Amino acid sequence: MTVIPLFHVLILSTLLFAIGFIGVVARKNTLFILMSLEIMLNAVGVAFIGAGSVWQQADGQVMFLLILTLAAAEVAVGLALLIRMQKKYRSLDIDLLNQMKG
Amino acid sequence: MLANLSSIESLFYLAGLVAVIASLKVVTGHNAVHALLYLVVSLLAVAICFYLMGAPFAAGLEVIVYAGAILVLFVFAVLMFGLGTDETTNAPRNTNLANMLGAMLLAFALLVEIVVIINNADMQQSLHASVISSKAVGIMLYGPYLLAVEIASFLLLSGLLAGYHYAKPDVTGGPL
Repeated sequence: MTVIPLFHVLILSTLLFAIGFIGVVARKNTLFILMSLEIMLNAVGVAFIGAGSVWQQADGQVMFLLILTLAAAEVAVGLALLIRMQKKYRSLDIDLLNQMKG
Repeated sequence: MLANLSSIESLFYLAGLVAVIASLKVVTGHNAVHALLYLVVSLLAVAICFYLMGAPFAAGLEVIVYAGAILVLFVFAVLMFGLGTDETTNAPRNTNLANMLGAMLLAFALLVEIVVIINNADMQQSLHASVISSKAVGIMLYGPYLLAVEIASFLLLSGLLAGYHYAKPDVTGGPL
């Protein structure tokens, strides 16, 4: 049983998630959107680890491992798409992508 | 007062504050490399939070995989983009010390926290009592969650294939 109250862990997690969400919604640079996505995934990890340590179960850390895997795959695909976008449009502005067809 | 200041809770709140400030600097930043470095600081602060919550295995993974592997991937991508199209190209150059001071303060706060944690024997004992061992995590991972591990391996394989396919240089004039 950890000494940190679960409520405070959840407050930290919510704050980080809100910051990441604002970044995803408000930024136009796709690289910054990917970084904000990382912050959001990280915030979810904080919530899982905090809950797992309050109830003394290993499930929270297992879920964190799966989130880690998801983040690695997402970043690999996202950055490869960004490289392709940079080659094609010479810019990382996400508004350019609303002209895609098909 | 001093004992209160170096309790587990106050260290957790300090690390959480560092994480929130660094994340805010990531989201509001204009320079991609500076934002990446702030993201590293944020991830390290969250790793200290994990350690204080009794999950040293997750803290180590956070440092090795997130700050070590994923962020290096980001840095490689930024290098490939080139900074010629960055938002800071047309901005006035800001080379004074105050630009670096915030990041240095955040990183220094994390360093002080680590030193305090290592030096404090009572805290080590109380942290040790609340630890969930990596052995328990491993047993859980290869017991009830075996299917999830397999699906995660498929996910990584498909991520590898998609990354290779999209970053291939030889396609000219094709769809994005």
